[in-house]
Amino acid sequence: MSIKIALAGNPNCGKTTLFNALTGSNQYVGNWPGVTVEKKEGKLKGEKDVIIQDLPGIYSLSPYTLEEVVARSYLVNEKPDAILNIIDGTNIERNLYLTTQLIELGIPVVMAVNMIDLVRKNGDKIDLKKLSAELGCQAVEISALKNEGSEKAAQMAEAAAKADKAVELPHVFTGSVEHAIAHIEESIQGKVDDRFLRWYAVKLFERDDKVQDELKLDKALLDHIDQHIKDCETEMDDDAESIITNQRYAYINNVVSKAVKKKARVEHLTVSDKIDQIVTNRVLALPIFALVMFLMYSLSMGTSIADGGWAIGTFATDWTNDVLFGEIVPNALGGFLESIGVAGWLNGLIMDGIVAGVGAVLGFVPQMLVLFFLLSILEDVGYMSRVAFIMDRIFRKFGLSGKSFIPVLVGTGCGVPGVMASRTIENERDRRMTIMTTCFIPCGAKMPIIGLIAGAMFGGSSLVAVSAYFIGMAAIICSGVILKKTKLFAGDPAPFVMELPAYHVPAWGNVFRATWERGWSFIKRAGSVILAATVVLWFLQGFGFENGAFGMVEDQDNSVLAAIATKVAWIFAPLGFGNWRATVASVSGLIAKENVVGTFGVLYHFGGELSENGDEIWAAVAQDYTALSAYAFMIFNLLCAPCFAAMGAIKREMNNGKWTAIAIGYMCALAYCSALVVYQLGGIISGEVGFNFFTIVAVVILVAFIYLLVRPNKYTGINEVKIDTKKITANK
Amino acid sequence: MKTLKDVKVGETCTVARLHGEGPVKRRIMDMGITKGVEIYVRKVAPLGDPMELTVRNYELSVRKADAEMIEVV
Repeated sequence: MSIKIALAGNPNCGKTTLFNALTGSNQYVGNWPGVTVEKKEGKLKGEKDVIIQDLPGIYSLSPYTLEEVVARSYLVNEKPDAILNIIDGTNIERNLYLTTQLIELGIPVVMAVNMIDLVRKNGDKIDLKKLSAELGCQAVEISALKNEGSEKAAQMAEAAAKADKAVELPHVFTGSVEHAIAHIEESIQGKVDDRFLRWYAVKLFERDDKVQDELKLDKALLDHIDQHIKDCETEMDDDAESIITNQRYAYINNVVSKAVKKKARVEHLTVSDKIDQIVTNRVLALPIFALVMFLMYSLSMGTSIADGGWAIGTFATDWTNDVLFGEIVPNALGGFLESIGVAGWLNGLIMDGIVAGVGAVLGFVPQMLVLFFLLSILEDVGYMSRVAFIMDRIFRKFGLSGKSFIPVLVGTGCGVPGVMASRTIENERDRRMTIMTTCFIPCGAKMPIIGLIAGAMFGGSSLVAVSAYFIGMAAIICSGVILKKTKLFAGDPAPFVMELPAYHVPAWGNVFRATWERGWSFIKRAGSVILAATVVLWFLQGFGFENGAFGMVEDQDNSVLAAIATKVAWIFAPLGFGNWRATVASVSGLIAKENVVGTFGVLYHFGGELSENGDEIWAAVAQDYTALSAYAFMIFNLLCAPCFAAMGAIKREMNNGKWTAIAIGYMCALAYCSALVVYQLGGIISGEVGFNFFTIVAVVILVAFIYLLVRPNKYTGINEVKIDTKKITANK
Repeated sequence: MKTLKDVKVGETCTVARLHGEGPVKRRIMDMGITKGVEIYVRKVAPLGDPMELTVRNYELSVRKADAEMIEVV
């Protein structure tokens, strides 16, 4: 029988470091089912049968945040054999608050008091014997960063799991509260596992609706319990939840005063305080933030070092795309395939389908690794929470987090790492909103489309590109405002009560591991989608009926894709570009947005090598479009479903099919509506389009859009995260 | 009624009572802002909101709208 040990603790308490130290490379990283919260599991080093389950970092076991609900459903339903509770010794009061809740679960708890080196350095003393006697569970000193005592902590947790002794609970609550809880325990005895009696009783006292739903008590009993709670509330002149929290902290104060000796210190500023005085200074904070963002962007996404920039990420990505998958692999593989004489279609499948698809996946990886490396450092040193602190005021208006700035900024280079960068946002709702909106900002690959339209129709005016960024930004802001008022994102942005952890030197092991995990999870989880989609599209584009027979086509006009496009092009007629070429080009943009221009080249039968902005075909394109319809085409392509790689990233980050579909569906709908309104109403104003049915549609859309923007938010105040706890625990 | 929102940067106050209800209140209390605890207001973000506090020996940031729920003396 294997032993399961759950690792629980506050955020920033050194949990990740300890987990890495205990499990080494024996880790499995995934997501908790259906949600965007990361799930990590590993085998204890040197032990075959001990599994360490890392729980999300939490401050409490309240029913309100996703991380807390995930952690408590795991603890209650999966019943691990022991809990290893990591406590930041430098911040012991708030950390013990979680401990008082964990011990109520009736699972053996071992407290690992972390950062003991810092505690000693500060001149403080923690009496472990007293601490453990007060709380009724074992305690051990560790320094996860210096790898001191980590193994001992794991051994103690293992021993506690094997002994499986019922814990003697300390008397956290006093007077009438304890009395009421005892009454509740009595009345639900037999209905729950005896070990969990105290947990359920306390939760019922708090009127925790998740527990109320779970237990399905009959109404008479609930009323009876409620009477006890009400008596208590009247007596203490406070609500039940607050009474419990107050008493827990009062109890902790008492424990800490007995077990912790703080050196009387003269008020002085720590190094972290001094850094913070500069970094979040009223005047300097924004310039410093801009500088940090500039450096991060320049190093990862900016101009390649080959072109005189600083971006090592762009350099490596360019090399992967242009040299590795542009020359080396195709040449080697092409020569090999030719030498063994494979059929033309198979050659095409391998070279244009699979190699291009694999290249499309791997090409993003170097840039992503550089970016994630930098982001991991910012996260690990504690700067990311300051980013949220500095930017919160602006972004919360649009239902986004202060940290949403980073995905959007990265998105101007490439949407794929942009979407992946949303991982640093702690609140699920903000994270989903950011994922949905990041791809609206024009990425590097959309530049050729803008270049083509600007060149062919607007005499190369740079205003077109400026307007594209403006449209992207407006799409993000309007989407934020509209979506946060919908049922999907019901409620206020998360309670922004956030810890600002002390700055510290990054733990390089954590940084490298986090970088690699993100890169690898993109390859693994997004890669398959991207590859499959690329191959399917290659088939549709390359095959069709030609000269009466089905096979590979010489002329793309005869491809299956062209045939389908001809049938469905009418969909785009109200947008001004209802011709099949525009449809084919838009679809080919799903592989990579810059393909739109290349496809135009092929479809307009341009023989030679097309330049990036396609200036050779400007004249031909100009014949088929008016300025207005071309602009509508551009808007549609900027806002609609992003490339397969970005869709793969969205799917990876949403970790949920429904949400992925909602995100992509929303993008397409917004793109279609925007292009329709611009073409129809713009056409009426300029006289290019006569009054027709779609004029009315456009007006209706515009009115609805404005209504959605300005309507009052009827969900204000509702903040609960709606999640299916059954889903989380179903994954046994 | 004086609330945390009215406390100036650099001043220390004591929590008298918490108003409001639901998730935000619970979160504020979970983070250690309970009756009788001392709060030192460290600074206000560059754009005027949120504010940074020291409570129970660590740094916490709260929005002014939420600070309004915390009655202090």
